[in-house]
Amino acid sequence: MAELTIRQAIQRGLEEALQNDPNVFIMGEDIGKYGGAYAVTSGFLEKYGPKRIKDTPISEATFIGAGVGAAAAGLRPVIEIMSISFSLVAFDQIVNMAANLRYMSGGQIKVPMVIRAPTGAGAQLAATHSQSFETWLAEVPGIKCVAPSTPADALGLLRSALSDGNTVIFAEPAQMYGVKGDVPDGRFTVPIGKASVQRSGGDVTLVSYGHGMRVLHSAAEDLAKRGIEAEVVDLRSLSPLDMDTIVASVHKTNRALTLDMARRTGGIMAEVAARLQEAASDWLDGPVARVGAEDVPWPYNRELEQEALPRVEDVLASLKKSYGI
Amino acid sequence: MNIPKDKLMLMLERMWLIRNFELKVIEAHKTGEFAGGAHPYIGEEAVAVGACIAMRDTDYIAGNHRSHGHPIAKGASLNKAMAEIFGRRDGYCKGKGGSMHLADFSVGILGESGIVGSSVPIATGAALASKLQKKDFVSAVFFGDGASNQGACHESMNLASVWKLPVIFICENNQYAVTTSYKSTVAVEHVSDRASAYNMPGVLVDGQDCIAMYEAMTEAVRRARAGEGPTLLEGLTYRFEEHSLGLGKIRRSEYRTEDEINSWRKRDPIVIHEDRLLKSEIASQAEVQHVRDHTEKLSMEALEFARKSPWPEVSELFEDMWADKTMPIP
Repeated sequence: MAELTIRQAIQRGLEEALQNDPNVFIMGEDIGKYGGAYAVTSGFLEKYGPKRIKDTPISEATFIGAGVGAAAAGLRPVIEIMSISFSLVAFDQIVNMAANLRYMSGGQIKVPMVIRAPTGAGAQLAATHSQSFETWLAEVPGIKCVAPSTPADALGLLRSALSDGNTVIFAEPAQMYGVKGDVPDGRFTVPIGKASVQRSGGDVTLVSYGHGMRVLHSAAEDLAKRGIEAEVVDLRSLSPLDMDTIVASVHKTNRALTLDMARRTGGIMAEVAARLQEAASDWLDGPVARVGAEDVPWPYNRELEQEALPRVEDVLASLKKSYGI
Repeated sequence: MNIPKDKLMLMLERMWLIRNFELKVIEAHKTGEFAGGAHPYIGEEAVAVGACIAMRDTDYIAGNHRSHGHPIAKGASLNKAMAEIFGRRDGYCKGKGGSMHLADFSVGILGESGIVGSSVPIATGAALASKLQKKDFVSAVFFGDGASNQGACHESMNLASVWKLPVIFICENNQYAVTTSYKSTVAVEHVSDRASAYNMPGVLVDGQDCIAMYEAMTEAVRRARAGEGPTLLEGLTYRFEEHSLGLGKIRRSEYRTEDEINSWRKRDPIVIHEDRLLKSEIASQAEVQHVRDHTEKLSMEALEFARKSPWPEVSELFEDMWADKTMPIP
């Protein structure tokens, strides 16, 4: 067992892959000398050389598309997008190529690739730099999408992503790279498609992922002071979605809340809420409580940005409204 | 250039294969044997064939929405291609790709895309794989004059040039993006002029002449394999048919004149090559006729094969989406 930050856990996973799989290479903007915008690949260029640690031009569509072509031709590219906000200019390559190529070729072509990208608001980077597009990509069939919130999950999910035969979107909560946690020794993995119960409780199920987990844990602390025991579930994997774990929790608690740090409308947590209504409406004492970011472009001003982001108070108010607790 | 007879005959055969195949496709569409659109390649055969004959079987190509010709030029079987267009289970893509995504990976087809310009980064990436793995395969991508205005196309040419990737960008300039003339959308006189912005050779080639294409491509492939980087080839050509089957409403006269169409039809790439083979006495009339008959027979067989091929089972809807793990945990 070792204490690592999420950043260090990701670094460990990437280095293992670079050391053990000659087909792995990393490309992205400023990942070489600069070590990446969030310093994840810091020192990699010196260790692994410019052939495997490749600084790209600012051409997201092309270096992601080139990743698809390189994967189809036998390599395992790891691509860093400087911010998931920038994935927008590469959506054609991600959606039409990385995700569709296998299916539309009748299974002939394989695209084993990992696309890493920091995600989320909260750093006053305003409308074009604060998006959470993993929530859009999670609905695209043919690619998988994960988002860790602990160092152990970061390493375990990355190992799974790096051995998967498909393209995996690996969304890294941008404000959580420094979060510390215990990471088991040895080659453990976290399977893609399996949610995690991070706190057990019998009174209400709180579900989110990434940055949302911090808000849920604070809310659970507040609820505990009032004698309400919350079960806190981290999706970890947005696609495939593990509804079994969430439904099993609701069978126990009869109450559920979904929290999305991305905009409330149409996101993955809206899907979780809808599926809960389908799969567990008889078990719920009231409508699924929903909290999400406001449906506005991300503002720059700190007060406005915080106003748009969901807070602990919003979670508590929503539970009061749905379940009177 | 001294091109051996078997290659010259192969060029003729592949062009006739494409032509006869496309004629069957048009016929089948008219009689309602398959739905959806299809974009005929008739008139442009010399571009794909000249280029592909200059490549090896182990090289990769990527195409576009008008890509029945590219797999055939690279050596794909007609039967599976026709079955795919018919949406049948024996198609290359088991009926899931259709006309715009005729990928035969076994002959190095990396896929096609209905999004114009979308395949250009894919071929660039295959070239990157060649370079990183220190292999000697090259890749090529076929795209149109319309795609040459897409950002991904320019980004790819830039990336390929700064990384000296073994990729050949082949613009088949058929002069119209659906109905819009490249003369009104491309800021330079020739698409190949764009190469200078990316510090690579840009070569304007007569796209109706398969030998001209073959020779230009041979040099581009040599450069690529030697580690000298990419080349942009522009085959100036012409789409003899309309943009897409089923788009009957486009009246030719509205965007191109009968005179223009007829003048290009006189430059039929197959006729040009046949005449050359006959005049130079490389091939006899009987040999040429044999190619015509043989390819017509293969096209007819492809049509019959597609007609008889079973439909996919409904349960196949969920197949071929996910690949298994490809390796142990790193």
